[in-house]
Amino acid sequence: MKFGVVVFPGSNCDQDAYCAIRDVLGQPVEYIWHQDKDLHGVDCVILPGGFSYGDYLRTGAIARFSPVMEAVQKHAADGGYVIGICNGFQVLCEAHLLPGALVTNNGLKFICEYVDLKVENTKTPWTNQCKSGDVLSIPIAHHGGRYVCDADVLADLEASGQVILRYCDAAGDANEAGNPNGSLNNIAGIVNKAGNVAGMMPHPERAVEDCLGSTDGIAIFRSLLEWTKR
Amino acid sequence: MAITEPGSKTIERTMPISPEIYREMGLTDEEYGKVVEVLGRHPSYTEVGMYAVMWSEHCGYKYSRPVLRLFKKYREALDGAGLENAGVIDIGDGQGIVMKMETHNHPSAVEPFQGAATGVGGILRDIFTMGARPIACLNSLRFGELDDPHTRYLFENVVSGIAFYGNCVGVPTIGGEVVFEDCYAGNCIVSAMSAGIVNTDEIALACAKGTGNSVMYVGSRTGRDGIHGATFASVELTEESESRRSNVQVGDPFQEKLLIEATLEALKTGFIVGIQDMGAAGITCGTCETAAKGDSGMEVDVLKVPRREQGMTPYEVMLSESQERMLAIVEKGREPEVEAVFRKWGLQAVVIGHVTDDGLVRVFEGDEIVAEIPAKSLADEAPTYYLETEEPDYLIDARAFDFAKLPEPGDYNEVLSKLLDASTIASKEWVYRQYDHMVQTNTVIMPGSDAAALRIRGTKKAIALVADCNGRYCYLDPFVGAQIAVAESARNLACTGARPMGVTDCVSFGNPEKPQIFWQFRRAIEGLSEACEFFGTPVISGNVSFYNETPETAIYPTPVIGMLGLIDDAEKHCTMDFKAAGDTVVMLSGRKAEENVLGGSEYLKVIHGAVAGAPPVIDMAAEKRLDSCVIEAIGAGLVNSAHDCSDGGLAVALAESCISGKIGADIAIASDVAASVALFGEAQSRIVVSLAEANIPELAKLVYKHGIICERLGKVGGDALRVAVNGSVAIDHSVETIADTWKNSIARKMEGPESRE
Repeated sequence: MKFGVVVFPGSNCDQDAYCAIRDVLGQPVEYIWHQDKDLHGVDCVILPGGFSYGDYLRTGAIARFSPVMEAVQKHAADGGYVIGICNGFQVLCEAHLLPGALVTNNGLKFICEYVDLKVENTKTPWTNQCKSGDVLSIPIAHHGGRYVCDADVLADLEASGQVILRYCDAAGDANEAGNPNGSLNNIAGIVNKAGNVAGMMPHPERAVEDCLGSTDGIAIFRSLLEWTKR
Repeated sequence: MAITEPGSKTIERTMPISPEIYREMGLTDEEYGKVVEVLGRHPSYTEVGMYAVMWSEHCGYKYSRPVLRLFKKYREALDGAGLENAGVIDIGDGQGIVMKMETHNHPSAVEPFQGAATGVGGILRDIFTMGARPIACLNSLRFGELDDPHTRYLFENVVSGIAFYGNCVGVPTIGGEVVFEDCYAGNCIVSAMSAGIVNTDEIALACAKGTGNSVMYVGSRTGRDGIHGATFASVELTEESESRRSNVQVGDPFQEKLLIEATLEALKTGFIVGIQDMGAAGITCGTCETAAKGDSGMEVDVLKVPRREQGMTPYEVMLSESQERMLAIVEKGREPEVEAVFRKWGLQAVVIGHVTDDGLVRVFEGDEIVAEIPAKSLADEAPTYYLETEEPDYLIDARAFDFAKLPEPGDYNEVLSKLLDASTIASKEWVYRQYDHMVQTNTVIMPGSDAAALRIRGTKKAIALVADCNGRYCYLDPFVGAQIAVAESARNLACTGARPMGVTDCVSFGNPEKPQIFWQFRRAIEGLSEACEFFGTPVISGNVSFYNETPETAIYPTPVIGMLGLIDDAEKHCTMDFKAAGDTVVMLSGRKAEENVLGGSEYLKVIHGAVAGAPPVIDMAAEKRLDSCVIEAIGAGLVNSAHDCSDGGLAVALAESCISGKIGADIAIASDVAASVALFGEAQSRIVVSLAEANIPELAKLVYKHGIICERLGKVGGDALRVAVNGSVAIDHSVETIADTWKNSIARKMEGPESRE
């Protein structure tokens, strides 16, 4: 399975995602420059973390208009796999490939730390290697990661199993104490209706080696590999 | 004041500059006289501005240079090839680590967010202009006490500014220190450190060579911000300083991120002969320093400099300190290739001049020459002064302090709680949680331990980094205090398993023109240079900041050490947290502690409200033996945790190992001194380790081999920290309680009702 990591000029987790795919997952991967209009035939596009175009306006607001995003839109519409991590999730929401928006954390501060995530729906391309109720330890690093959407969208997301990851406490309880940024319903990651597009604020590419503190992030990428073998 | 440039095409007919003008710019009458002597005529307005900024203490080190010659590498650089933006330490496998630390105190005092942010930006540029990819940021911060609302405002915004900049550029901020003392209330210390990795055969130089080669201006446009920032850094802070906000630059981390990527990519073309950051003193510094280093000259035209404001005079263009700009010397004819790389990243790179061979920096505005100065006179020949020194009076009182009269506390539990709650000792999680410390996915020891560590991809190795200084010790004895800063840095690295490799220093003092301050400076540098030679850690780069005082008080002498260590096997690193119930807790000491180790201690300050006595004795040979033993023990996989005893002594060290390990310990110590001294004294060269009982014989062999002292303290286990002194229980705290005190102390103080001004 071939992966492509999009590089916006302000991306700063592009290399981390690239290394995770190449060195840990052992899959072919290449960079895709933000001005490229084609995706070099990759099967899965990763929109990495960072500050796409500086993000002084609103996170991801400019990135959605970049040439590469046209191609990503088309790729997603054709059923291709797309995952947005952190800033990539913000871009996907701005591009309306995922519903809702990510706004400033309720503490108004950047937060970088390991958090616990409860796996909600294990029947998606991104979570099928987890068991329902698994608690993953994966870091977050963001200033604007509070997931919000209107009540109808929220009800729809929940009803259709589009919430894949929720912030939780160590026991797996998705309560207020386990919610670092004030996200609605503790939402940390979602998929679109078809399941081929995912967005998550936590950084699975940072949790792929024991020496980094956790290997729980591998499950997200491994799930996709297993899914496409079916 | 409206000053017109001389209207002639040559510069000979310039009129004398009036004393009010050059004095306002920071030149003395003698220095102005020297300018006239060098030029053989009176300078133009632009020229006098260029001299004023390059000969300021900030750029020209006119007071510190004679003392800094004590540093071997500095002396060699001055006498030899000249100074680079930052120094390099060889870590083997053809790779080197470039590192440097720099203060941004005055800008941060008047505009904390941007002051701190641009401090990070400036230090990063020093790293990647060497061709090194920045892989780590650290910072050393000092403020007043947090019960003062203005201090909370400064602290909050300095941390936000560092986060704003560092997080965006994608360089992990992995460590440092934050200290709170009243003497920093009016003059905070904000030092930013960065380290980068470079292939040693690809190091870029800040050097202009090759007559006819092009001088390219790269990065952001030039505005009027920060004019005379370097001069501003060379005076004391006063009430008026608040009106100096326009001297503070505004940072754009996105531009910086583009500059990092574009510069590293452009250097790979091989067509860049030399490259220099334009920070303090802007284009003036960039042109004269590269020309001086290349034994060449340079001609530039200010009209070709991209600007963001109209009507800027040559003076303003040459002295602007707008951020995120670089000067590159590019092989003649290869400009298009270099320009293409910068254009790809959305940056402009324009030719503003060329290299000459006459040793002069010649500045044109179109056809008209507005400055013509020997490059070396600006860059290397700042007048130096040998200032008077005098031992400070306060030391008499400090040394007369009678420790025998100190009452023994009634409740050691309460003392420990107070110390863990003291802002300087308390966990800095509130701070580093705001910094992305994991990006680049190399961080193998996160912030919060003795030192942070990064694995070096493609090798088995890791590097460890630390920034450290105890200003109170330096206040009480700058020589010993500076040596302790070096020794403690080495000890912190040893606790991770890293052997010390090299040092960058970043020293802050009050007004050097006062003999008592200059005495502090000289003694501290003597201590530093001696200690660095002893530990075999060359000082590869450094920064001096003076005038850190307000009309009320000067700061403590604050010679901060940034130290790099190398761990041969990244998998064998060690952290401070107790790991397993049943492990044995052992204290390793370099030598037997002296009896009075409360001088300058956190205990003395927090419990008795005094900053007095003499700092603890530092025996560097003992320190080296201890560190070597611990490094070997960690490398052999014998110990599960290691943590040094520093602020707050043994009791605080034990508490921190318990809290971070979420497990208790049962400790019994035998002592022939008062319990307060045994628990909270800050004797140097002590490391608490925990290990499986089965490894004790192997550890004992190492202890014997290295000639150090080993003392069994107790066992890890349970959910409380219990410490008995000579058989009676002195401390008995649940780990949960002390964890709450230690971890949330700063957040509690910051989230008070008046956190924002």
